[in-house]
Amino acid sequence: MSAALASAPSAWRRATRSPGLVVGLAVVVAVVALALAAPWIAPYDPNEQDVLSPLAPPSAAHWFGTDFFGRDVLSRVIWGARISLSVGFLATAAGVVAGTVIGIVAGYCGGWTDRLITAATDVLLSFPQLIMGLLLVAVLGPSIGNLILAIAVTAVPAFIRIARGSTLAMRQRDFVDACRALGFSDLRIMFGHLLPNIMDEVVVLASLWLATAIRTESTLAFIGLGVPPPTATWGGIVREGFDNLLDAPWLSIFPSLAILAVMIGLNLIGDGLRDATDPRGAP
Amino acid sequence: MSEAATNGAATNGAAPAPARAGATRVPGADLLRVEGLTTQIRIGATWFDAVREVSFAVQGGETLALVGESGCGKSLTALSIMGLLAPRVGRVAAGRITVDGVDMTAASERQREAMRGDRLAMIFQEPMTSLNPVLTVGFQIGEALTRHRGLSRRAARARAIALLDRVRVPSAAARIDAYPHQFSGGMRQRVMIAMALACGPRVLVADEPTTALDVTIQAQVLALLADIQRREGLAVLLITHNLGVVASVADRVLVMYGGDVVESAPVRAFFARPTHPYAEGLLRAMPRVDRVQELAAIPGQVPTLGEMPDGCRFQSRCPLRVERCRERPPLAALPGRPDHAVRCWVRAA
Repeated sequence: MSAALASAPSAWRRATRSPGLVVGLAVVVAVVALALAAPWIAPYDPNEQDVLSPLAPPSAAHWFGTDFFGRDVLSRVIWGARISLSVGFLATAAGVVAGTVIGIVAGYCGGWTDRLITAATDVLLSFPQLIMGLLLVAVLGPSIGNLILAIAVTAVPAFIRIARGSTLAMRQRDFVDACRALGFSDLRIMFGHLLPNIMDEVVVLASLWLATAIRTESTLAFIGLGVPPPTATWGGIVREGFDNLLDAPWLSIFPSLAILAVMIGLNLIGDGLRDATDPRGAP
Repeated sequence: MSEAATNGAATNGAAPAPARAGATRVPGADLLRVEGLTTQIRIGATWFDAVREVSFAVQGGETLALVGESGCGKSLTALSIMGLLAPRVGRVAAGRITVDGVDMTAASERQREAMRGDRLAMIFQEPMTSLNPVLTVGFQIGEALTRHRGLSRRAARARAIALLDRVRVPSAAARIDAYPHQFSGGMRQRVMIAMALACGPRVLVADEPTTALDVTIQAQVLALLADIQRREGLAVLLITHNLGVVASVADRVLVMYGGDVVESAPVRAFFARPTHPYAEGLLRAMPRVDRVQELAAIPGQVPTLGEMPDGCRFQSRCPLRVERCRERPPLAALPGRPDHAVRCWVRAA
């Protein structure tokens, strides 16, 4: 596990041999590319209304059909990917950084610092992740920044826990004493020496959490606590289509499929990374 | 006369050199001085003396070997000097440690940090685990230079190549970006030595530096250390339980038992005439090629800290035990041999 980053070439070779990881990467890269290229490839403006053809079924002009206001669902899904993915990425990144830093400090310092942080983490983990996100957005109010903050906070305890656990194991290693014998400060030891040793586990968890974050964003949007309309987000589009689910199911089906594809892709990546960095699974 | 003062006089064989304010290089001056060091470790809620009133001094170019079996306090002495005792578990309860003129016991943690890796360095026993597995050896060797000398990454890397070359790692420039797992045990110990030497320390503490290595590699690493020491005038505190290593590299020997220094002697005098019953037992338990003799084991085991007897700590295993051993004997010089001191009522009477 610790040698995983050191033996990067072989881990990389193992990773590329795993078909799940390759497929997952392909899906996620494709979706990200579509989101980035939205202004050029989306056939219509996502908010442009065509009042003459509301709730039109999929056709050559509108591949995914149109919604109640006659907006092109394909364009909305492509533009929505930008919001959904960036909220997911930014929230996960913030959660990973904060959680990992706090976890390393807890694991390295031990004593009261550790006990306090661990107790707080346990309290936070006792809330279901979605309820917690919901609570935070309800308190902070729906805006894109608050949404990112809320989802990031729900990610923090998981990363505290994994970073603390790995740090506790690493702290016992002789090289930590060797660092102290060279006069290195606690900060340098924590972030220059311990962090690179626990990165592989953090990265695996982050890839899985990215899926959770995107799902949370969609769920919050679905129950009306997401980015305020008319901005297109995947969960928001599913919600808008929900009122007409029986007569125009394509409104909800296509954005749901987009969410599903990214979920599966990210989980394949996470599992593949875990297998690739776990020496016990080495062929 | 206090115990500590007796120790100091006995081990130096002369009056202690006057304390120096700065770090001026006086030839033959003591680079490392330990006076009356008592280190305690905590078991449950009780603090036990694991090192008792240990005193010694090491000059530039000199190697002092600290000998004894596991648990005798030799590694704790080293950690006390480095200031690396685990807080909450170990503490220096009394005594003074001076490194290159700097009083380490009075220094703040920040000052101690600045000394470690710069003027005071340490080599560890386990080269397999003492290097960070995910950083290149070049980075690890150079890091002390960026920390203490403010060198840039690039300058530190260039110095690291020179250092790797000096510890005789073949094709240093090509291997500077390799990771520790790509090195053998002996090569890793050379990397550790290069790390320790990066900033040109004055005092080197080597804790069982060759124990984990193959015998042939041991000899090479010891020769390398001796060579570097001679060129740089390092004061070396060598911690070992291997008397063969002591005979080949040490100038003086300090034998520890149960946290006490029980014998202190120049290396020749020690091997010619081990005087403390424990030291005698140690030597008799070591096989020799030049003499046919039965190997004699020392009966019994080292008592645990909680069961350590008052007075002489070796009394429960000693063949020469007398009534007076219930009192703690002083570390006293042998008659007519001011540099050979023994802590024994019977032998140093």
